[in-house]
Amino acid sequence: MDMPARLRPVLRAAAVMLATAVAGPALTGPAVAADPIKIGSVVSATGPAAFLGDPEAKTLKLYVDELNKKGGLLGRPVELVLYDDGGDANKARTFATRLVEDDKVVAMVGGTSTGATMAMIPVFEEAGIPVVSLAGGIEIIEPVRAFVFKTPHTDKTACQKIFEDMKARGITKTGMISGTDGFGKSMRNQCLKVIGQYGITVLADESYGATDSDMTPQLNKIKNTAGVEAVLNPGFGQGPAIVTRNYAQLGIKLPLYQSHGVASKSFIELAGPAAEGVRLPAPAILIDDKLADNDPQKPVVAEYKTSYEKASGQPVSTFGGYAYDGIQLVARAIESAKSADPKKIRDALEATKGYVGVTGIYTFTPTDHLGLGTDSFRMLVIRNGDWALEAPAR
Amino acid sequence: MSEFLQLAFSGLTVGAIYALIALGFTLIYNASDVINFAQGDFVMIGGMGTVFLMAAGLALPVAALIAVIAAVLVGLLLHRLAIEPARGASPVTLIMITIGASIFIKGVSQILFDKQFHSLPAFSGDTPIPVGGATILPQSLWVMGTALALVVALYLFLEHTLVGKAVLATAANRLAAKLVGINVALVLALAFGLSAAMGALAGVVATPITLTRYDIGTLFTLKGFAAAMLGGMGNPVGAVVGGLLIGLIETFAAGYLSSTYKDAVAFLMILVVLLFMPRGLFGSRAVERV
Repeated sequence: MDMPARLRPVLRAAAVMLATAVAGPALTGPAVAADPIKIGSVVSATGPAAFLGDPEAKTLKLYVDELNKKGGLLGRPVELVLYDDGGDANKARTFATRLVEDDKVVAMVGGTSTGATMAMIPVFEEAGIPVVSLAGGIEIIEPVRAFVFKTPHTDKTACQKIFEDMKARGITKTGMISGTDGFGKSMRNQCLKVIGQYGITVLADESYGATDSDMTPQLNKIKNTAGVEAVLNPGFGQGPAIVTRNYAQLGIKLPLYQSHGVASKSFIELAGPAAEGVRLPAPAILIDDKLADNDPQKPVVAEYKTSYEKASGQPVSTFGGYAYDGIQLVARAIESAKSADPKKIRDALEATKGYVGVTGIYTFTPTDHLGLGTDSFRMLVIRNGDWALEAPAR
Repeated sequence: MSEFLQLAFSGLTVGAIYALIALGFTLIYNASDVINFAQGDFVMIGGMGTVFLMAAGLALPVAALIAVIAAVLVGLLLHRLAIEPARGASPVTLIMITIGASIFIKGVSQILFDKQFHSLPAFSGDTPIPVGGATILPQSLWVMGTALALVVALYLFLEHTLVGKAVLATAANRLAAKLVGINVALVLALAFGLSAAMGALAGVVATPITLTRYDIGTLFTLKGFAAAMLGGMGNPVGAVVGGLLIGLIETFAAGYLSSTYKDAVAFLMILVVLLFMPRGLFGSRAVERV
């Protein structure tokens, strides 16, 4: 075969790299002589949950590269072993076993969905390897499992934030209209569990199907219930937008609370002018430009937003933020444990105090493996088609 | 009384959308014995098409017109590429083909459009009109008005034009229609095109209320099918009455009984009706065509 001589070394290098890639257990990270610290991850980068998993995968890769540029951890390079479960919990479990048995990772960040996380937990618990999950479900950390932590706030935190706001405004009787999809159901249950602590009672408890196109009958019922002072709508997708429109159509003047499930610009677009005055709890990243200058999260959120948008060319999302916090928590734990031993990493994770992340400020304890308080949410109100920060009412 | 009125307005609006879809079912069923499970996807094409054409800078009427024409083309292609080659197959096979077509349309729209929900601005503003203590959105009047106009137009077309009579003749007896010189293939194509146009128009007027997404067709197909069955498959009057009835039952069940069980109540009513009147409220008493 005739080939320009100057191309040959390039080709040879490519062949060597290919061979290394096939022989080596993982494909990321530069080849460095020191023994790398392996951090595993299983996310749903493709499939139905790709809108969650894709930014997570990109964030993890970005920040592991970032760690290596700064010289890695404990003087050793960090290697990310990343698998894509395609939204399938069975696959996630297979990958979990592979991470433990073949790749021998020392910690794991991931599980995009609650289902995938729950499927993987037994594998890591048995192996004694710490997991920082990126999924929302409260069952991941309740009851507390020794090796399982998570970064996203739960529905319960959102409920508490909303009820705090209601209480501060002197609202004691509320109506509720929830979606019957997974999100709406779970949040409704969590809200009903904690509502008693705030001295608020639910006078009307309505529901709607996730694909319904008209909620006026339910809202009309709430409107005609005597004594209701506010309405709460736990829901996800287009349902809350239709609820908001119907709410305006019926001319209900009570404050309407939506959940963090609609904390995206598309909600304002879909609900249109009816969204004016709607209140909702939302993570700091949604309103990064409106955070107060002395807000401890402001620099973290700004740095993540800039880096992510530069690296991926896509707008930043809450979900990528969960992955940012996950990888940072693990990196910090390895540093403070001064060891890459999984058990010591776990202990260091549990001792995390006041880590300022994109999602919130984390303080783990032996009984709290989420470590976020209601201050990880900001109460927003929609004004002039945009988010506005609400000053606390008290 | 105001609560009753409010629920009635809601029910009639939703029911009018169901009725338009049920009419689409009826038209194709009459012409070809096929129950077209891609009917709801025409609604989606009408809505999504208009949204994206408007985003591209076209005025609403132009965007809507192009979207409806696009839906008609899809309807004709569905007939030409999927139904026509399988003519002579049993109705069950043809129904499965339409389900396949529906999945295909959803897949293509996911790529062609996107996976987000979209809305259209209401045609005549968002200010609710107060009526007897209840309120109705101007867009609801558009939906009901469009449904009424389409039903009347369809009636006039079928009863008072030669082509319309050819459709009726084909529905009554395909062989006999062929023998008297009616181009049956053309009539079938016409039925698919017309029903796609009706679905797409329903999509255009309903989108400001229901919102739209690539997969919203499934819901509309199910509700429209239930309406057509309740009214009696193949009967246009039955389709309209069936659609309105399901819309009303749903909203009254949600308003007066329980919102959790509103769909269950609606389907229970359908079961009860079909138990006593197996051919639906207005179904023909004719024996099964063999």
